[in-house]
Amino acid sequence: MDSAHISVAHVSKVFQTEERAVVALQDINLEIPRGQFVCLLGPSGCGKSTLLNAIAGFALPSSGSIVADGQSVTAPGPERGMVFQEYALFPWMTVAENIAFGLQIKGLAKAEINATVDRLLAMLSLSDFRSRYPKDLSGGMRQRVAIARVLALDSPIMLMDEPFGALDALTRRNLQDELLRIWAELKKTIIFVTHSIEEAIYLADRIIVMTYRPGTVKRDLMVELPRMRDPAAPEFNALKRELGQLVMEEQQRHHNDELRMAAVD
Amino acid sequence: MAGAVRKAGQGWRQLAVGMIVPIIVIAVWQLAATLGWANPQMLPSPLAVAERWLAYLLPVQPYSAEQGSWLAWAVSGELIVDALGSLYRVALGFAIGAALALPLGLLMGASPLVYAWFNPLMQLLRPIPPIAYIPLSILWFGLGNAPAVFLIVLGAFFPVLMNTIAGVRQVDGIYLRAARNLGASGSTLFVRVILPAAVPYILSGVRIGIGTAFIVVIVSEMIAVNNGLGFRILEAREYFWSDKIMAGMITIGLLGLAIDSAVNKLNNYLLRWHRGLEN
Repeated sequence: MDSAHISVAHVSKVFQTEERAVVALQDINLEIPRGQFVCLLGPSGCGKSTLLNAIAGFALPSSGSIVADGQSVTAPGPERGMVFQEYALFPWMTVAENIAFGLQIKGLAKAEINATVDRLLAMLSLSDFRSRYPKDLSGGMRQRVAIARVLALDSPIMLMDEPFGALDALTRRNLQDELLRIWAELKKTIIFVTHSIEEAIYLADRIIVMTYRPGTVKRDLMVELPRMRDPAAPEFNALKRELGQLVMEEQQRHHNDELRMAAVD
Repeated sequence: MAGAVRKAGQGWRQLAVGMIVPIIVIAVWQLAATLGWANPQMLPSPLAVAERWLAYLLPVQPYSAEQGSWLAWAVSGELIVDALGSLYRVALGFAIGAALALPLGLLMGASPLVYAWFNPLMQLLRPIPPIAYIPLSILWFGLGNAPAVFLIVLGAFFPVLMNTIAGVRQVDGIYLRAARNLGASGSTLFVRVILPAAVPYILSGVRIGIGTAFIVVIVSEMIAVNNGLGFRILEAREYFWSDKIMAGMITIGLLGLAIDSAVNKLNNYLLRWHRGLEN
């Protein structure tokens, strides 16, 4: 295995509120090799999105360092494209314009941009929607556009923050399959945040279960099941049970914490 | 297609329903005039108003070929000259007001420093109605178009300014995050993301600003110029032409409605990407 594609070293993040300091991340260390599909799994408040935002460069860690693709992360940028749960498409741009945006910023030639946009529209079955505005698309279609917009950047790293969380079960499975197909074709390193255990097992090479405050790595495991995975298979369910136990422990801590906070108020 | 047809049918139906109350009001009004309930000097009959409106609309001189083209003759009626005069002042005043408000609003919205400098002054000036500037405007500009346009500029300025500031300040953070992630920064971020995201706010400011400009033009014509719809109804009062006062008022109403629906149509076109259209 070559050197890590993304390296997270001693990363901590503290949020200072008026009353107290919340330790969202505490001494996180991760080495992610090139081309790995990693899922960050945990209940809300476990810092998985905080870690993803730190890797993206939106909110830098309080201490520690992050190196991605040989570069120290100091700001957000197109080398680490992000797909958001809220799609975050620009509503005043058509589908094609949204996908072209990052390429125009890079200053590419018009012909090259058009060729890339056409290729991505075809890849994500969006060709019939190129001139539509996001408001006219379903949630699943919007997320396809958001994925295409990030793929257009042609960055080796793709970050995904609960991208399928707002979709119905069928659309979700459909997009998961699509994502796996794209990942197999383009060999990107993907960090994917989710709180769905099944989604993590279905997608990931490697699952990192995080603890509720302070956010640490509770379990770091490789999913050895062959692809395409069958969610009904006994091995799938055995893993699901094991991970469910881990996540529920943290969910319980989250719940107790909320009860304690309510009692203080 | 069938939906469009039904929609059009509903439009006509809605229009017919909407005409019921005005027709009743006009009928009662006509009845009151015919039965002599009201002094015709105070409340002329609708028929008299309609007759006067037509006379106001049509050219004063009979058509003669050597005086110019037929079209120039057709629009030589007093009403058309007045309406064009009022429209010109609204357009000029609004254009200047918006041209001043837009850049200042964008700067105040984007830069906390500029906001801190200008906001106290703007908050102090904003509650002063443009009409309160009448004495000063005559002192500064005398009579004529200049003081009228000055007042309209003031009327258009603040709605556009306030909405532009709000629009820029309330851009959803998710768009900024996405844009920065895609590599945008500085002026690109502003022009391609912040500005279009603020457009719905800015356009609603434009609509309010044009509405205010139209109110102010009528008032300003009453004091500073000798044509325009505002001037004409005040002039009619001097002669006790109550039918002409009402004919002028109806014209003001129709013109105001036409301007607002035109602006609304334009807004809907410009905001065709927007989720919740206002109308």
